[in-house]
Amino acid sequence: MSNVGIVIVSHSPLVAEGTADMVRQMVGDEVPVAWCGGNGHGGLGTNVEAIMGAIDRAWSEAGVAVLVDLGGAETNSEMAVEMIGEPRAHKIIVCNAPIVEGAVMAATEASGGASLREVVATAHELSPS
Amino acid sequence: MTALDLSRLITAAADTIAAHAEELTALDQAIGDGDHGLNMKRGFEAVRAEADAFAAKPLPDGLKAIGTKLVMTVGGASGPLFGTLFMALGKEISAEPDHANLTAAFGKALEAVAARGKSQVGQKTMLDVLQPVRDALAKGKTAAEIADIADAAAEATVPMKALRGRASFLGDRSIGHMDAGARSTALLVRTVAQIIGDKA
Repeated sequence: MSNVGIVIVSHSPLVAEGTADMVRQMVGDEVPVAWCGGNGHGGLGTNVEAIMGAIDRAWSEAGVAVLVDLGGAETNSEMAVEMIGEPRAHKIIVCNAPIVEGAVMAATEASGGASLREVVATAHELSPS
Repeated sequence: MTALDLSRLITAAADTIAAHAEELTALDQAIGDGDHGLNMKRGFEAVRAEADAFAAKPLPDGLKAIGTKLVMTVGGASGPLFGTLFMALGKEISAEPDHANLTAAFGKALEAVAARGKSQVGQKTMLDVLQPVRDALAKGKTAAEIADIADAAAEATVPMKALRGRASFLGDRSIGHMDAGARSTALLVRTVAQIIGDKA
């Protein structure tokens, strides 16, 4: 797949899966999409190992944009990127954007063949700061 | 410092976290998402299960392995934060650290945790314990003094307003509660201080 991949990381598997459904409705199979949610023990939370797995599933040589919900999802996603390490780490960016809108907008941008930088910029435009 | 018995340290740390798991969870329920005690217990039990293997490694590698295990098992935001603390310590410490090396490594680990959490001292986090402990190390305080300083520092997070993490959503309502991460950090500092004693 030459298009940028999208990974959705929520504390809730239901939120993550639902967001992925909305993304697929927009872009079909043109963009690799993967999600993860939950703490790995049946509760709400995020899990570094699961995030690393989702990044693998959505992997694209063009890179992967990661959309997260609350703070722990961001911290865990950044940890996952660090543990994946180079040569892939610099092609994975954790976005500062609302998870649902960010994922849909980023995927739409990615489906047109945009670069990782462009995809991430589109998601970031949704963020107030 | 003479050769560290890492296996003994791990066992003591896991015992301490297990003994205080309910207290940590209660603190986190007040202003967080209420899973800190359980998460930390799960992580430190996973480390305990491999204590002998970690202790058999050179100290830097043993600490890095503990950090990686915590990242993978603690979950929540605490996994990467406590994991980063141990991973960064392992990266900076020498196989047989003297006081200067320990102080420098602790300082680097503190910076790594701050970067991971995008936080700084004064925001009602574990950094509010790590920083005074680093300063006490640099001043050559005794292990017993450092343990007391860590406890006082955790206590000092009570009147602070949370600016990072889930507690920050509460704004002023976070005031009046101790930060759970600061408390668990102080517990770990006291445990390590008791074992290392004044050899450091």
